[in-house]
Parts: sequence; C-alpha cells; structure tokens
Amino acid sequence: MALLEVRGLVTEFHTAAGVARALDGVSFALERGKVLGIVGESGSGKSVTALSLMNLLDGPGRIGAGEIVLAGEDLRRASEQRWRALRGDRIAMVFQDPMMSLNPVLRIGDQLAETVALHYRKDRAAIREQVAEALRRVGIAAPRERMRAYPHELSGGMRQRVAIANAIINRPDLIIADEPTTALDVTIQAQILYEMKALVRESGTALIWITHDIGVVKDLADELCVMYAGSVIEHGPVAEVLAHPRHPYTRGLIDSLPDAGAMGGIDGMGGTAGTRRRLYSIPGATPPLLALPPGCAFSPRCGRAAALCATRPPAVAEGARAHRCFYPLERA
Amino acid sequence: MLARRFLRRHAGVAAAAFLLLLVLLAALAPLVAPQDPYDLGQVWIMENERPPLSRSDDGRRLFLLGTDGAGRDMASAILYGLRISLAIGIGSALVALLLGIVVGLAAAYYGGRIDAALMRIVDVQLSLPTILVALVLLAVLGQGVDKTLMALVLVQWATFARNVRGAAMVERGKDYIEAAVGQGLPAWRIMLRHVLPNCWAPLIVTTTNQMASAITLEATMSFLGIGLPQTEPSLGLLISNGFDYVLAHQYWISVFPGVALVLLVVSVSVIGDQLRIVLNPKLDA
Amino acid sequence: MFDMLARRALQSALVVLVMSVLAFAGIHLVGDPVYLLVPPDAPQAEIARATRQMGLDLPLHQQYGRFLWNAVHGDLGNSFIFNRPALALIFERMPATLELAVFALLLSAAIGIPFGMWSGMHPGSAVQKIAMGFSILGVSVPVFWLGLILIMLFSVSLGWLPSGGRGPTTSLFGIEVSFLGWDGLRFMLLPACTLALHNIALVMRITEASTREVAGQEYVRFARAKGVGPLRLVWRHIAPNVMIPVVTVLGLEFAHLIAFSLVTETIFAWPGMGKLIIDSLLQLDRPVVVAYLMVVLLLYVLINFVVDVLYLLLDPRLRARSA
Repeated sequence: MALLEVRGLVTEFHTAAGVARALDGVSFALERGKVLGIVGESGSGKSVTALSLMNLLDGPGRIGAGEIVLAGEDLRRASEQRWRALRGDRIAMVFQDPMMSLNPVLRIGDQLAETVALHYRKDRAAIREQVAEALRRVGIAAPRERMRAYPHELSGGMRQRVAIANAIINRPDLIIADEPTTALDVTIQAQILYEMKALVRESGTALIWITHDIGVVKDLADELCVMYAGSVIEHGPVAEVLAHPRHPYTRGLIDSLPDAGAMGGIDGMGGTAGTRRRLYSIPGATPPLLALPPGCAFSPRCGRAAALCATRPPAVAEGARAHRCFYPLERA
Repeated sequence: MLARRFLRRHAGVAAAAFLLLLVLLAALAPLVAPQDPYDLGQVWIMENERPPLSRSDDGRRLFLLGTDGAGRDMASAILYGLRISLAIGIGSALVALLLGIVVGLAAAYYGGRIDAALMRIVDVQLSLPTILVALVLLAVLGQGVDKTLMALVLVQWATFARNVRGAAMVERGKDYIEAAVGQGLPAWRIMLRHVLPNCWAPLIVTTTNQMASAITLEATMSFLGIGLPQTEPSLGLLISNGFDYVLAHQYWISVFPGVALVLLVVSVSVIGDQLRIVLNPKLDA
Repeated sequence: MFDMLARRALQSALVVLVMSVLAFAGIHLVGDPVYLLVPPDAPQAEIARATRQMGLDLPLHQQYGRFLWNAVHGDLGNSFIFNRPALALIFERMPATLELAVFALLLSAAIGIPFGMWSGMHPGSAVQKIAMGFSILGVSVPVFWLGLILIMLFSVSLGWLPSGGRGPTTSLFGIEVSFLGWDGLRFMLLPACTLALHNIALVMRITEASTREVAGQEYVRFARAKGVGPLRLVWRHIAPNVMIPVVTVLGLEFAHLIAFSLVTETIFAWPGMGKLIIDSLLQLDRPVVVAYLMVVLLLYVLINFVVDVLYLLLDPRLRARSA
C-alpha cells in the first residue's frame, strides 16, 4: 500500500470576487522512500497542494472534496487536534524562504527543540542531543554552538539546512518541500539537493519536492507530476516523462529549459552543448483562476487545440503514467 | 483609480461628506447662522444661560443649542468657532507641509552633510514634547491669530520634513532619477517634477493626521488661555469659557462646542485612516 | 553596541544643552518679571535695585552663564513668587504628576494590548470593528473636553467622584502618593482616566497594526506546520514579535504623558508639575518655568535612552547590527 494516496482533491478559495478553484481533482500516490516532484508555473496550484496536504490553508481556502489517506488514515476526517499531532511529527514541511520561516526572535536551537517537545515527552538533555543530531545530519558543523544562534546570524544556505533539520528531526513519514531551494543561489542549491537525496535514501522518508524548475527535480525525483491551473496534466516516472512527454504543456516546459538540447530538444536530436537556438518560451500566460477557459485550461496556448478541447479532458492512464489530453504527443 | 477605491470605502466617504458639510457651514457661517454672536446689537444679556430648544424673549428666535453666559446663541457661536478652528488647523498644516517639503527635498537631494545637519535639527525638534514647544512658543510670541499660526507651523514642520525626506530618499535612489540627473536637468526641476509626485501617497495620510492634531492642539492652547485672543473664539475657547458653567448644570455651553470639535477631528481622522488603507493594498481586504 | 549607546547619550546631552539655551532665551522675552517684586509705580531707584537683585541688569549671555554654572551645581534659581528653590518646588510636585502618568500607562497597556492583539488576529470581526472605532474616537477627543464630560457625568450628575484636587496622601518611601487608600484613589481616578484615554487608543492601534503584520508572517505558518497550537502560537511566537514596536511606543508615550499631564492637571486642579508651569507661565515666574522645562527635557531624554536600550534587548537582530 502506498504511504500517501491523494484522490480527486479539490481546494477552493472563497473570495469577494467569487470562488476560485485552486485544485480541481488532483490525484497521485507516493510510496515510502520515494521522491515525487511536482512541477508547474506560478498559479498552477503546487503550493496549494502542499498546504492542503497539511491542512494549513489560509482563511478563505477550504478543501472542497477528495481524499487524503496517509498510511491508511483518512486525514479529511481528522480533528484539528489530530492534525496538530501529525504536523511536525509524521508530516513535515519545508518552506521556500528560510529567512521568513524561522522566527527572528527565537534561537534556532529553541525552535528545533520545540518541534520535538511538542510531540514527545523527553528531558532537556535528550532533546538537546536530538537537536544536535539533526543539525549534524544536515551538515552543520559544531551543532552545539550553532544551536544558540539566531536566524539572522546564519547564511541563507545554513538557514535552509536548519529548516530541513526541523523537518527531519522527528523522522517523519512524509516531508513536503515547497520550493526549498528557489531562494538560494545555485551552488547552495546543488548541495542541498544532494544532501536531501542522501537523507531520504538513508531514512526511508517519502519526499514531495515542489518546484517550477524541472532541471532541479530530474535528478532527485522518482516520479513527476506536472500541474497546470489546478490540475495534474501529466504524471509518471521522471525519466520517461521527460524523454517522451505526452502532454503539449510538458513538452513546452522541457523545451523552455536553456539546455533542452541535452534532453532531446525540439528537433528530437539529442543536441550537444553548443547547439545554438533561441530560448523558447510557451506563448501566452497562465489563466487567472477566477477566469479559467472552459474545458482544457491549456487550450488557448496549445498549438494542437481543437474543438474537443472545449471539454475537460479526463485522466488517461497508461501503465505507470497518466495524462489529460485529447491529442497527446506521440509515444516514443 | 485611487479615487474610485476610496469611494468604495463607506466610512471614508461618509467622513468626507460630513467634513465637506462642516466646511461649507463654517465658510457660510454669516449667512447660515441665526445670529452673529459677536455683533453686540444682536445679543441680549437678559437671554443668557438659556437651555437648548428655548425661545428668545420676543418668541421669534429659537436657541437650538441654548445660550451662553452673555446671551449668545450657541449654535451660531459654534459655527463661527468652527470657521476659526478649521482655518487655523488646516492652514497651519498646509504651511507646515510646504516648509517640510522644501526642507525634506533639499535634504534628500543634496545628501551628505546638508542632509545630516537638516535631519539633526529635525530629530531634535521631534524629540521634544509638542505641547511644551507650543506652550513656550506661544508664551514668547504672545496672543494672536498670526502668532498661533506661526507656533503651530513650527511645531508641525519637522514631521513633514522627515516624511518627505524619507520618501524622497527612496525615490532618489531609483534609476529614473539618475537618468534625469544624467540628462542635466536642474536640481529643483528634478525634485519638484520627478521626485515629489512619487512621494505624495504617504504624504497625504500624514497631512490629514497633522491637520487633526493641529486642530486639537490649537483647541488645547486656546483652552489653556494662550493662543487665540478672546476676539477670535475658536471652539477651544468656547469650551474654556463654558467650563465654569458645568458645575452649575449648564452643560450646553461647553459640551456642544466640544461635540462639534470632536466631530470635526473624527471626520478628518477617519478620512486619513481610510486613505491609509486605500493606499496600502495589503490592508485593503 | 556600547559605542552606539554612547553616541546616543552624547547626542542627548547636546539636545539638552541646546534646549537650555533656547528655553532660557525664550523665557526672557516673556514680560519683565521685575514687576513681581515691585509695584509698577515704584520710584526708579527701587526698580533699579530690584533689577540688580534679580540679576536682570546683566547682559543676556552673562545671565545664561550664571544660570548654567548654577544648574550644573543643582541650583536652578529661586522662584520669584515663592522665594524657594525652583527645583525643590518641581520635585515636590513630581510624584503627583508621575502618579497620573504611571496609572495612565498601565491602563493603556492593560486595555490596549489585549484588544489590539485580538483585533489584529481577527480582522473583520466585531471586536476589531468596535475596537478600531473606539480608537479613532480616543485619538480625536481632546483631553480637556473629555475631562469636562467626565466631571459632568461622575461629579455633577452622579456625585460619585470628586471634581478636582488631590486627595489625602500616604507616605511611601518618603514620597507622598495618593493611590494607596481609597480616599486618595477617588481623587485620582478621573484625572488618570482622562489622561489615559488617548494613550489607550494609540496603544490599541499600534498593537493591532503590529499583530496584523506579524500574524501574516511566514514564521507563524512555519510554527503551525510543526504542530504548535493556538495558545502557544500567540504566546511564544506572535506576542514577542508584536511587543517589539509596542514596548518602544509605550516608553515614548510615557514621556509624552508626563508632559501632556499639564492639561489634565489644569482641568482637575491636580497639584502636579504641569499645573505649576501653567501658573508660573501666566505669572511670569521665570526660574520655575525654565526649571520645569529642563526637568521635563531631561526626563524625556532619559526615557528615550531607556527605550533605545530596551529595543536593543528585545530584538536580537539589532544587537548584531550594532555590534
């Protein structure tokens, strides 16, 4: 049985201007120890997915329908108290900007200790040891001294490591990372990715990695979910999806990468570095959630759209993969 | 578009409409007031200390809000007082605004030592208690409308200067100003036509707040007996004059001018508050 | 960190010095106090003698020099009217003023902070709307009119509380205070509440704004994401961040309350420093006025300094920056 099963998740935001459907029937499954990459532009619903999974939506947001099942437990029936017990212990989250997510007036050691103390009755020395251990696991040297630091005394990369330490400290079943390296510079990004991979492998934790940058997940993830305007439009093992995308949007995303040639770019001939071509970007822009086009949300921007696309494409499963398109791209 | 957003806020619109009404009534006081309370020919001492809604001896006039110790119709006195309070409050704020703009822009544009010196003066002034500064100034300058105006301006300019300088510094650092400087435009032109127009948003809020506090400060000074002379009775002075009558249960002589003052200051404050919400998109729910 | 504080201390000393010059010079332009001692129709010789006696015949800068020299030795001159050291007069009256100011401060913290925080965390709620409406009124109602209304209501109509003066005092560490007994407290209630209203409203507004900002911060969501419950969230995560600007405002407002109490003291005939200065100003008792200005100024500067230190202590980010 999969660790996490999400079926038909619908999340709506009730605003003064109307009800916006941020998630329109999102489904995926995740096994223990595996990494799922969720990729999409801003406004595609990736962050909303993360918050929905933690039941941390802001005021106007509400889960309208669907199922979230974690290790057999139906989370939608869980009380707020149960949620609080789960958060930080069985499900943990890493946010995008560590400068904003760590409380500026509390020492990082105290913030990490709190995460443990909220869920387990342990004495101070034991907790302190656990905090030091977590800091060590994320590669922070001299953890016992570092524990007394305030967030602003650390560099951006260090802060994000602390945030990751906070996520792993209770050895959760599932970690949701929402664009955790977007706010960091590229070299740190690579380090953190590498270390996350190691952590996940060593502890058997499942990881959901949310990003707008495919290049980041292609080495890390086992499975890939591509989201657009609140729907999962393509899903499957990473290598297959990237090599042979079925949905035109996925194709467009891949082609937008500067080094698309290296992944079997437009002309389909595995180009080498040095292949000169203009940077490609998908024409048009993501539609606003309150004014979605009827049917397939991508159709206004899609070169292959036809009359049928005015109705919403159903999810078509092909073995381990799935896509939502009436006119998918050719299979390999 | 700013106007449209403001118009959607009911509280702001109501306050603005009310303020407009007050301003009109005050401006047209000689025409609107049933009596000119400072024309001795219209006032009879025998009609003094009449309660609200009583009639004059000849039965022809209604004292809507009663009369004071000298027989003056309170409603009329309030209208005339409103005039003075408004004129001094708004007038002093506007002059202080002008002064603050000049100093603030100069400090932001020239930067360096000029900025440091000017801001040092501003800091010193702002670290002093306003009421004491006003008190001492008025004690030194003496009574009179012009002197009160001067004192109020001197008390207020520093806040404006600091605000303008802050906003101007932010604009100053932006590229389009560098471009303008590179084009060889003269300093005053850059500051007035390019920097200032982009600073006005927070300035508007500050101006309304300052107007409210200027009106209150003038009323307080008049109440204490310094500031405006008896010949130019603002609402503060009216309240002061009526103070002794309170113990004799003749509340209307002090209370009604006070209500007028409160309504005036509240409407200005509400407008300022609503403007602040409108100008800051995060607050506009 | 210490050199920043030292710089501030120096700057404050400079402010005090500058203000002493201005105060001294300014007060000198107010009337001619020689006529306090001698009637205006006295013979020239009398006037000349009185002038010499008060030191008013010396050039202004010499008068200031004498003043400064004496001031440094703790002598700010004698009151022309009471013929006692001006400083002594002021210190006698200080407890009365401080009583009101402290009471007002505590009241504004006790009412303003809880309501402000609740409003900030529940925008759009009934409590928030009422609190914000009240706060606009609170900052708009002039203190003297409020005092009037309260007197009307509680003294004249209901007869519950006295309309003026200070009640019987008890001695606390040698200082006369009136809040220790109900008899004394009765007299203090109305003036203290009058003084407090504006402050309550201000603290409410600042706390609401600060809370609204803090509640929307990512670190609040972060805390919730690790399982922090609502009570702990407010106590451990939101409140410490909210209090940073609020405490500084409270501190600065305390200084403002001390200065502003003069209006309240006038209305309620409360024998504090403020009433003294109004009377002295109108009676041209210069040394008292100058002494008052200097004392209040010094208090102001001191309080500002303490607030700076407090701010440094509360916000760890500042400690690093100034290190």
